[in-house]
Amino acid sequence: MRPIRSFCAVTFLVGYCAVIGAEPARLPADQMAKAIRIDAISIPTPGELFAALEKPGKPNWIGQMRGPTPTTYKNRAQIALNLGSLIADGFIAVEAKDAQQVKNIGTDIIKLAKALGVSENVLSRGSSINEFAENNEWDALQEELEATQNEVKSSMQTHRDQDLIILVSVGGWIRGTQVVSAAVLQNYDERAAKVLRQPALVNFIQSKLNEVSPEVKDEPLVKEVNGELPGVEKLVSFSAGKAPTLDEVKKVNEAVGKIMSRIQAKEETK
Amino acid sequence: MRMSIFAAIALAVMTALAAPESDSEVAARKAALDLAGAFSNEGFKMRDGHWSGTIKPKEPALVAVNLYAENQYWFSVGATEPAKKIAVNVYDETGKLMQTESYSEGEKAAAGFSPTSSGQYYVLVDLVEGNESSVCLVYSYK
Repeated sequence: MRPIRSFCAVTFLVGYCAVIGAEPARLPADQMAKAIRIDAISIPTPGELFAALEKPGKPNWIGQMRGPTPTTYKNRAQIALNLGSLIADGFIAVEAKDAQQVKNIGTDIIKLAKALGVSENVLSRGSSINEFAENNEWDALQEELEATQNEVKSSMQTHRDQDLIILVSVGGWIRGTQVVSAAVLQNYDERAAKVLRQPALVNFIQSKLNEVSPEVKDEPLVKEVNGELPGVEKLVSFSAGKAPTLDEVKKVNEAVGKIMSRIQAKEETK
Repeated sequence: MRMSIFAAIALAVMTALAAPESDSEVAARKAALDLAGAFSNEGFKMRDGHWSGTIKPKEPALVAVNLYAENQYWFSVGATEPAKKIAVNVYDETGKLMQTESYSEGEKAAAGFSPTSSGQYYVLVDLVEGNESSVCLVYSYK
């Protein structure tokens, strides 16, 4: 594809010429405080997190997969949190290139999505996930999982379930962080450990959780998750450029593991 | 060829999912996706999410993103007329301008960046020439 080559050549030629026009060398604090922050672009996907984790060395993805999780929750907040964590599991299964596990997780995602009453569009994603898994189309599967998550959120928006949208992202981030911290603990590497630094992200998640309706905010599980996040924020606030120690990673893993256990617990929360 | 098909599918999915948008917003998104599509051939995965808005002269848009050390990113922006030239820059959490690879062609611009530290960064989308217009930001990573 010649145009792409030319494009890349142009890109390379102008590379490292970052400063266009008269951009300020430093942004003022008040401008940064007013920056646009939206779920769709300010919260990274599990795929991004896992892509960073495997740069220093491929982790044992199969070892990070968990057994089947319940899909019969009644509480909508709990369903949303588990849906997000299951989507993260889907990304893990894709990284592990385990087609059967991808199909199993896809089926569970659809079960939870149905329980939330999402649109038919989401349900049809299940067959696409199966098809891509059968054909070992791993890149397409990653795109499909992200698209499924976005479609679930879009359907929630349509059904006036906006408050549940952030819970899907929270579930995904907690499960992703649990997996990454566990993988780093198994085979400590400073470069891999650095991906755990995300204080602003946890802060953003907390601010979004504080904006949900009192009805959702007062759900015992949501309260509990929200109550644990300030502690998690402190644990992932390492200095920029400094890798957390093995002990620090262990603390992160324990904190998110505790939240994850609560999210997937079978008993009713309300 | 794959690039344009991918961009078309992404545009169709996003259009179907999003709230009703004006023609100029859709055109800005198409421009951003076309540009980002070029990076897919280099192994970059495009995020299925975007930010759409408006930029005016001397009123840039600042979008917060959370990035991971070890990953490489391209932030692609598309705008529509009457924008004539736009610029994309990346700042770290302290507000310091980051050194990026850049691409700029009229109403499209992109910035490539590989963070050495995980955390929050800011993408500044600025109108260098022209007047108020719709703009769309998407990003890709590998």
